Amino acid sequence: MEQHIIPFIYLLYILVLSVFLGFALISRVPPLLHTPLMSEANAISGITIVGALIAAGSGDAHSPLTIFLGTAAVAMAVFNVVGGYLVTERMLKMFKSKVSVHSAATAKAKS
Amino acid sequence: MNHLSWINGVYIISCILFAFGLKFLGSPETARRGNWLSAMGMLLAVLATLTSREIISFQWILIGGIIGASLGTLVALRAGMTQMPEMVALLHGFGALASVFVDWSAYHNHTPDNAIVVTAIYLSILIGGVTFTGSLVAWGKLSERLPGKPLLFPGQQMISILTVAAIGLLAIPFFLNPSVYPVFLWILGLSLVLGVLLVIPIGGADMPVVISVLNSYSGLVACTTGFVINNILLIVVGALVGANGIILSYIMCKAMNRSLNNVLFGAFTARAKKAAGTAKGEVKPISPQDAFLILESARSVVIAPGYGLAVAQAQHAVRELGELLEKNGADVKYAIHPVAGRMPGHMNVLLAEANVPYDQLVEMEHINPLMDSVDVAIVIGANDTVNPAAIHDKTSPIYGMPIIETFRARTVFVIKRSMASGFAGIENELFYYDNTRMIFGDAKDVVQKLVAEFKAGN
Repeated sequence: MEQHIIPFIYLLYILVLSVFLGFALISRVPPLLHTPLMSEANAISGITIVGALIAAGSGDAHSPLTIFLGTAAVAMAVFNVVGGYLVTERMLKMFKSKVSVHSAATAKAKS
Repeated sequence: MNHLSWINGVYIISCILFAFGLKFLGSPETARRGNWLSAMGMLLAVLATLTSREIISFQWILIGGIIGASLGTLVALRAGMTQMPEMVALLHGFGALASVFVDWSAYHNHTPDNAIVVTAIYLSILIGGVTFTGSLVAWGKLSERLPGKPLLFPGQQMISILTVAAIGLLAIPFFLNPSVYPVFLWILGLSLVLGVLLVIPIGGADMPVVISVLNSYSGLVACTTGFVINNILLIVVGALVGANGIILSYIMCKAMNRSLNNVLFGAFTARAKKAAGTAKGEVKPISPQDAFLILESARSVVIAPGYGLAVAQAQHAVRELGELLEKNGADVKYAIHPVAGRMPGHMNVLLAEANVPYDQLVEMEHINPLMDSVDVAIVIGANDTVNPAAIHDKTSPIYGMPIIETFRARTVFVIKRSMASGFAGIENELFYYDNTRMIFGDAKDVVQKLVAEFKAGN
């Protein structure tokens, strides 16, 4: 098994810079979209799937517990990812500008 | 270039896509594109990880993936917009537990050999355990499977403190000898208990804050898990999500003029100092027919909705009224208080679902300066968020909370079932103002009557 450990200090660098990036990006999201923002954040926090895949796919080499934990983690992380993105998409589809609401209404009236 | 650097290279692309996903959420026009980009980033990360040499068998991945994807799809497509907060709480909970399981399997396979990994595991299972059960309790409260009132029992505070102390003390044996399995399990078990203890004393009205805090916790768990399994992507994403939760918690607390501390632990400090409310005067009821006559001549109308609007399922009726008012030549806007609804931004989603164009949804800070020139403000299902006592009555428990200043409009209509007080249990002096008219009845009924009047009038 290839082991390539990234030194702690680099991980810390990445963490600090990512926190700044997060604050910069998220403070620009208008309150209008805070609910979809939260569900999208939910979806991306399913990123733990990356670790889950490795645990679930490790074969039977280690132990049944690893396989169980990994499989359950994959299921929950995928639940998070799929559920999060889908529900965000559903919500965002509802946000229409005045122009598009009116054009949709006239289209409906014509048909 | 070895295989691992190749995977990490793909992870960088994923990070960029996640960042753009959040950036595009800055405007409703680009938001959907952002969500898709973000989903693409996730797909890339998953595909790259699947090529990892550490993955030998795919059968369990497939099983877990199918279960998760089908449940996720089912829940996401079935959830109504009023149920969004509980859905989000559920997602937080399972996301956190997934991370805990990843940490657990890492711990199980390989006893941590350095202080950093031990610390990361300890923090992960602590925060993850708290987030999992805390989210489940929040989910129960939001979906009304559990009572929304703060649940308090004798000695609760003592039990919480002892639990925290025990988790703290267990850190010592865990750090001295991380290989002792029972210690690990005790920390996890007590963290699960702590999650319940922390959330049950918090009332339903404070759930927007709780959800935001749990959101930041779920980010933190992803982050600490990143340190456990030495994965950059988890750290970056965890930081983004953590920042998100912190910002939203801050906004929610500010909108209620309360400290985070007060929201989370407020149930323990006696809140008995509820002022009885000095509001006096006469309430002036008005019939929907008379209200229509005033509305008909109004040039500008602001609608201030609260969660009661959603409870009464009146969103569609309100949107219809709004359209009729516009057709009648009035300028119609919706004034959205940050804590209207059960989670940040909830009211916007509820109105968007009813086809209210987002250009008409105006934030509190932007609507208040215009309030003096408004002819009619209609308060529907809101109470504390429009109570002028918050501005001038220093004895009021909600003093200092920013409100939608509907009282400055020429006429205020308050649609209300009865004279009962709001969440905070405070009398609303707005009801006694000279320019206020009360329309008693169910929100949906009243609005439908107004709509009928308009249709009959034309």
